[in-house]
Amino acid sequence: MKNVKLLITSAPHVRTQDSTRKIMIDVLIALTPATIAATFFFGLYALVLSILGMISAELIEFFIMRVLRKDKNFVPNGSAAVTGLLLALNVSVATPWWVLLIGVVFAIAIVKHAFGGLGQNIFNPALAARVFLLVSFPTFMTTWYKPIASFGGWYTDAQTTATPLAILKLQGFSKVMESTNYLDLAFGNVGGCIGETSAILLFIGFLYLVFRGRIKIVIPATYIGSVLLIASIFYTINPERFGSPIFHVLAGGLMLGALFMATDMVTSPMTLKGQAIFGLGCGVVTMLIRYFGGYPEGVSLSILLMNALVPIIDRHTQPRVFGRRKA
Amino acid sequence: MKLLTFKGGVHPPEKKLTEHEKIQKAPLPEKVVVLMAQHAGAPAKVVVEVGQQVKTGQVIGEPQGPVSAYVHSPVTGTVTNVAKINSAVHGIAVEAVTIERTGEDEWELLPKLDWTTVTKEELIEQIKKAGVVGLGGAMFPTHVKLNPSKPVDTLIINGAECEPYLTIDHRVMLEMDEELLEGIEITKKILGVKEVYIGIEYNKKDAIEHLERKWKGKVKVAALKTKYPQGAEKQLIKAITGREVPSGGLPMDVGVVVQNVSTMVAIKQAVVDGRPLVERGMTLTGEGVNRKGNWWVRIGTPISWIIERLGDGFAEGYNELKVLMGGPMMGIPVPNLDTPLLKGNNGITVIPEQKRESTNCIRCSYCVHVCPMNLQPYLLDLLARKKKYDEAAAIGLLDCIECGSCTYICPANVEHVKSIKLAKKVYRTLRGGKK
Repeated sequence: MKNVKLLITSAPHVRTQDSTRKIMIDVLIALTPATIAATFFFGLYALVLSILGMISAELIEFFIMRVLRKDKNFVPNGSAAVTGLLLALNVSVATPWWVLLIGVVFAIAIVKHAFGGLGQNIFNPALAARVFLLVSFPTFMTTWYKPIASFGGWYTDAQTTATPLAILKLQGFSKVMESTNYLDLAFGNVGGCIGETSAILLFIGFLYLVFRGRIKIVIPATYIGSVLLIASIFYTINPERFGSPIFHVLAGGLMLGALFMATDMVTSPMTLKGQAIFGLGCGVVTMLIRYFGGYPEGVSLSILLMNALVPIIDRHTQPRVFGRRKA
Repeated sequence: MKLLTFKGGVHPPEKKLTEHEKIQKAPLPEKVVVLMAQHAGAPAKVVVEVGQQVKTGQVIGEPQGPVSAYVHSPVTGTVTNVAKINSAVHGIAVEAVTIERTGEDEWELLPKLDWTTVTKEELIEQIKKAGVVGLGGAMFPTHVKLNPSKPVDTLIINGAECEPYLTIDHRVMLEMDEELLEGIEITKKILGVKEVYIGIEYNKKDAIEHLERKWKGKVKVAALKTKYPQGAEKQLIKAITGREVPSGGLPMDVGVVVQNVSTMVAIKQAVVDGRPLVERGMTLTGEGVNRKGNWWVRIGTPISWIIERLGDGFAEGYNELKVLMGGPMMGIPVPNLDTPLLKGNNGITVIPEQKRESTNCIRCSYCVHVCPMNLQPYLLDLLARKKKYDEAAAIGLLDCIECGSCTYICPANVEHVKSIKLAKKVYRTLRGGKK
């Protein structure tokens, strides 16, 4: 009989053909509609920022892993590209390319790798970097351009504008509805970060992730649900000051945040109950900042705050072990 | 049809390559190596000497202590060696008797019993004398399991066969329904239970329909969702009866006894035919062997003989292969081909290694959602690797049934089961005696 080498490995001896890379590629695919929307509304420069974000993030991670962390076997897995793209989608089209680059370095080197790298970071790297840029380069990060809404344009000929949430904060809800309408809000024809404005295209990407089983679906459900609930209550109290529930869901970074940032696998809870608490917390804090905070938008800060609570949430939402009484 | 199931689990490719292959009788091997530890509990004591002639079915090992079992000679021949050999399954050296066959079978049988007239105690004694153990893999002595210390009202026959590749239980259910039913009737009489179920995964629809037709009114056929680990004892009980075996407990704690399909056939043969357990049905399968099939093989037959004579050797094109005792999810890879077949081996699966990339855990939570014991495999793995065994035990280290669903599904290719198995060993050693 022909001889073969007998392999001794640990069970199970079959594994799914799934991988971290496949998950990351799925997330990139899911972000494609929003990236196309960014290009359409804010011009080719938005596409340049998106691609720059992805490529620079991968290069920086490659350098860190191969050179600084001396991991000879490191092969890029796409997680850095996801961070880079998310950060790019989270800046204004007024952001110079080098500012984005600084943000990417901060996201990958500090937020991700200083905490241990893939899977080890407490905070969502793209969000932490966005807040870092917001406090370091407030002018670039809060100058908004009116969408040009046609493919092929650059951005420089566009006029500056205010985001709908800023209008709500400074001038009230009736002024918001004079400057825009629900349809424009849903499709993204408003001022804002390049990737956050089109609620509908973000949602299409999200459906892809749901279909692929790639997402902690309880988080967006409870996040958006709690925003709707809170906004409904406050809307009945003072519609002019607080704005309508639909407006709050469509405006600002809520869809991008709830569908793609809060659901980041690494920085969100592991159990369904924990994910519900996490989503709920995000919704409450977002609305508190939107209503009563100094910033018009609270999505980034609320998710970062909840990121910090994930270890505590995980600890207190452990599932009941089969055959045991309630833990 | 309503399919019963449990929470969690995975669905690996079924690869039931041999499901249409009739069980064939393998020729007799020239040599057998019979381990004295072919059962959970204390190993048997060798009662033959080198040079002694033995008949097929003659006792060569006697039980030591209450949880132990008889071992019989699987062939007629001469004892040529009594020595300790390394066993992949046990992880330690185990006493073994080598017998070289001198001719055709000359049987030494037990008395044949009419089970309808003898007492429960006589039946249990006969099953003990025949060396019957759980043939699903755990090899727990059947005479102990059939004498539970708590009241039992339900007998469940495990025909789930949820491991990919393996098909022997499937074939037994299709081809041997009469012997199977007689084994069940005997077991029912011993346990004095009213309710009897047989649980079968829906990918064996032909077996479900066959037994429903043949056994109408005698045994309830429970169709189960095709999902791994549907055949794990606790998950099977939960799916069929809704009862949850308590942590650290046994099925009898919820009034249930679970027996494998093949064990029922062994019980029938022991009681009705007076035949000790010297042979079992097994599946030889996997991409790594030329001929795949279901066979009746004598216990103690070396795996090399099985692969060469029954499997026509290793398939072309492979320089490295895994030869597994059992299926791909929980099977144990053998380090050398001299390893003999044990009573609990329901199959030998020969497959190539899958190459996969590993990354850190990305907290996708897939493992938490598939764990049939509702554990947190990612956390157990983390605590085990940090050597925090007490913390791991507090969140269910010892509740893990090592089914491998978490490791199967993990996109980062984390080896949860490997570190959990090791942590269990270390924890039991460190905390030995202390509860």
